[in-house]
Amino acid sequence: MQLTDLTMLELARKLASGEVSSVEATRASLERIARVDPQVRAFLRVDAEGALAAAEASDARRKAGTPASALDGVPVGLKDLFLTEGVETTAGSRVLEGFVPPFDATVVRLLKEAGLPLLGKLNLDEFAMGSSNESSAYFPTHNPWDLTRTPGGSSGGSAAAVAAREVFGALGTDTGGSIRQPAAFTNTVGLKPTYGRVSRYGVIAYASSLDQPGPMTRTVGDAAALLQLLARHDPLDSTSAAVETPDYSAGLEEGVRGLRLGVPREYFAEGMDSEVEASVRAALREYERLGATLVDVSLPHTRHALATYYLIAPAEASSNLARYDGIRYGLRAKDARGLKELYSQTRERGFGPEAKRRIMLGTYALSAGYYDAYYLRAQKVRTLIREDFLRVFRDVDALLTPASPVPPFKLGEKVDDPLSMYLMDVYTLPCNLAGVPGLSVPCGFTKAGLPVGLQVLGRPFEEALLLRVARAFEREHDYSRRFAPLPAQGA
Amino acid sequence: MPVSDFQPVIGLEVHAQLLTQSKIFCGCSTAFGAEPNLHTCPVCLGMPGVLPVLNQRVVEFAVLTGLALGCEVRSRSVWSRKNYFYPDLPKGYQITQYDLPICEHGRLTIDTPRGEKVIRVRRIHMEEDAGKNVHDASEGQSLVDLNRAGVPLLEIVSDPDLRDADEAVEYLKALRDVLVYLGVNDGNLEEGSFRCDANVSVMPRGSDTFGQRCELKNLNSFRFVKQAIEYEIARQVDVIESGGKVAQETRLWDTNKGVTRSMRSKEDAHDYRYFPEPDLPPLLVTTATIESMGQRLPELPRPKLQRFVQQYGLPAYDARTLTAERPLADFFDVCAAKYPDAKKLSNWFLGELLRLLKEEAMPVSALRFTPERLAELLTAVDAGTLSNNAGKDVLGEMFRTGKAPADIIAEKGLAQVSDTGAIEAVVDDILARNAGEVEKYRAGKKQVFGFFVGQVMRAMKGKGNPTLVNELLKKKLGD
Amino acid sequence: MALTLEQVRHVATLARLALTPEEEQRFATQLSAVLDAVAQLQSVDVETVEPTSHATLAASLLREDVARPSLPPEKSLANAPAKVGTSFAVPKIIE
Repeated sequence: MQLTDLTMLELARKLASGEVSSVEATRASLERIARVDPQVRAFLRVDAEGALAAAEASDARRKAGTPASALDGVPVGLKDLFLTEGVETTAGSRVLEGFVPPFDATVVRLLKEAGLPLLGKLNLDEFAMGSSNESSAYFPTHNPWDLTRTPGGSSGGSAAAVAAREVFGALGTDTGGSIRQPAAFTNTVGLKPTYGRVSRYGVIAYASSLDQPGPMTRTVGDAAALLQLLARHDPLDSTSAAVETPDYSAGLEEGVRGLRLGVPREYFAEGMDSEVEASVRAALREYERLGATLVDVSLPHTRHALATYYLIAPAEASSNLARYDGIRYGLRAKDARGLKELYSQTRERGFGPEAKRRIMLGTYALSAGYYDAYYLRAQKVRTLIREDFLRVFRDVDALLTPASPVPPFKLGEKVDDPLSMYLMDVYTLPCNLAGVPGLSVPCGFTKAGLPVGLQVLGRPFEEALLLRVARAFEREHDYSRRFAPLPAQGA
Repeated sequence: MPVSDFQPVIGLEVHAQLLTQSKIFCGCSTAFGAEPNLHTCPVCLGMPGVLPVLNQRVVEFAVLTGLALGCEVRSRSVWSRKNYFYPDLPKGYQITQYDLPICEHGRLTIDTPRGEKVIRVRRIHMEEDAGKNVHDASEGQSLVDLNRAGVPLLEIVSDPDLRDADEAVEYLKALRDVLVYLGVNDGNLEEGSFRCDANVSVMPRGSDTFGQRCELKNLNSFRFVKQAIEYEIARQVDVIESGGKVAQETRLWDTNKGVTRSMRSKEDAHDYRYFPEPDLPPLLVTTATIESMGQRLPELPRPKLQRFVQQYGLPAYDARTLTAERPLADFFDVCAAKYPDAKKLSNWFLGELLRLLKEEAMPVSALRFTPERLAELLTAVDAGTLSNNAGKDVLGEMFRTGKAPADIIAEKGLAQVSDTGAIEAVVDDILARNAGEVEKYRAGKKQVFGFFVGQVMRAMKGKGNPTLVNELLKKKLGD
Repeated sequence: MALTLEQVRHVATLARLALTPEEEQRFATQLSAVLDAVAQLQSVDVETVEPTSHATLAASLLREDVARPSLPPEKSLANAPAKVGTSFAVPKIIE
């Protein structure tokens, strides 16, 4: 057994007992990165020096008997959307190449304060826009389970690094499924908290009313422990909720006996891969066996979620990305003649095709004469989608659905067809529109050995219940103990 | 048709910087005059990932202003993003309020030659200011200073109720007085903390359809407001007279040439793509907040002026001057409570006090003495302890040193001699030494009387009570 | 709904993107396809529905009016592509 095979909680126990030091764990991660990342390509930037310094400080605290948190000393990675003081942060875009933030995102600060060494910055779709990691301006990340396939997106680097055991855990962000879909594609656990549960301050914005950071880990227990460090009110984020943080690990093992779990029929529609469906159906039966009552429910406006999302998210993005103008930081077109060219050339060269496509779409949806028909209407349908959820949650405790309609697809398969790429998020994005929490937990493999994820959706601020529901399934299986075959032979 | 056949229609948009310590969405200082970009942080620089958090005092000032202008205050107002690209706008959008502003439907009364007129205030909303672009001709580049980016503004929009340039200036003055009275704005047009844009159109008299309007910018003094509006009215009439059509556009007042000129269409199209700001939840203002702001509402300039006329029986001119600034009016109120003759008090204010303040360019708040001390001084003059002129000298000394009038009078020996015996002795002495003049006086040359008075006063170093000196001289000369 | 090249160019101007002719063509096609896909929303009855612009019911957060230290210029301008003194520099702005 290698050190990097440990879960976060297992490592934390060994750090607490003194059996292992944080420096040893951090070195193990760095060695693992050096060995497998040339194949996976999860990292945009490794900060060995920073991580080791943090590990040494952690060991000193452990020695002094004053650990900063339960996870003090457990090395993790960050999606390159989180601002890190003094460490380049690019959002996977050329427009921010070389940008060194003067401050830490709130959640980065929280992790530092909790003593977690930060191993570096993980690849993502440019500005978190994408479902395959292929819109990264730098390179695509590969799925550790099959290097010819995508690890999903946009937090694909985070998911791949966790699955490849390069990091013990990672932070991702989820705007339309960007934590849950890559988790499903990589046999890992990904939790998108309730909108407002985790601070967005210092997290580069894609679509502000949908974005939410969250933990990506190998087990449900790890996700609970990591969320514990992140979930708190932030006076720097006006949309941050002033809701007390429960103990997410406390009820984890309580099982699902007596719970009413909804199965929304709209999530088992045509277009779903049969093996994915078979895995998820098997999981549903398992829940019944474990004592839950399955309830057939309907969220009738689900079929409008994709259209709603692809108006609201690009609209907000078109505005959020206006600040990348080459004036105060980031790329500037060098040969621009005059101000107008400075803007349009900088942005033309700085943004990749997907970012441009969404900026164009969003600008159009907000422009004079179209606002009411597109943006405003989408916001109204968003209300209906949210009401669907709140209505069924009066009857059921949580919802069970597939996380993705398909298993991981081949890199390059969908890059030229934006619409079919957008369809990859069809099961994950209603949750963001409604602002409710969602989680993906491993629920098996296809015959070809590709991971499948089960999505659990819950009421606002009931992350603890989602984790409990996911854990009940996880402990019946060894999926979290199955490791991606890395380094791959002959790759 | 001559200009007089056209009816101008004017609406004003005022941007008033709020007198807060920190910016609207971050903790950077709002102080004026720092080196470029020294008052900036990730939030007001528009760095990636930053979020706005609203300054509570901005809301209080907005509500206070709304109440002062008789507006309805919305219990729920919404923030919007106004999207456009300009180097002084770091995020590429301005956070402002659009369709649901915090205050609406107010009014402001102004004086016109035809009497009072009520101008409707359409809306008041909060927003962030932009930074400043400095054009550096020598280098072929412009420099961007974001110290002002994020300074809180109130935008106060009137209905198009104004009918000529004088009314527009009256409205602006009245509005500025209200804001300064409330302590929310310093009313400085030149430095740009109180800025005004004017929407001007003309229509044939008798018509009820407004003409096409132009927006005038760069009106940074009341004089320019008047000149620019009058120029623009004449220009638009000219355009129409010569068969043309007024184009809707933004025009810049050229101070040097005294003309308005079309600004090169700033945006390709004015398509600001407003949408609700997702980073800020709607602003909820409770009834309790509105009530507590209502209690903090001071007496406003116009009611105060009316009270000065009624309560103190002052002429309108005096009342207007005394209430032009709230600290001066407050000073007067306290004085008047201690000193009964309001008109005499007003004379001292308008004459001596304002002259001294003006000479030193000093605000009333910086006065080194209290209103009670001023009342003491005037009481001493009335009692004859001090001559009127000596009283002015004492006030000057109070102004410079802040000493109490009684102390100054004592130190300088300025008190009048009103002791009959002491004066009589001097009078006798003077008459004895000027027997020849006394003869002339008694022979009918009454002009000599002034000579005696002068001699007595000189001998007494000016401190003899003039009334007593006169009485005693006449008595001794046998009148 | 088909987007014309002219509309694409107008939107690109608003968004400050100097698209290449190839991109204009491609976006016209791709954005038209997306707009066709989202056209289904026109059939939803939203007559009496309020729009949702925030997925949170969080109350407005207010900050006390206290001035705090700003960034030192070596930090605020550290990433500036061009600067003069403590100002950001841009090509001359013509009003």
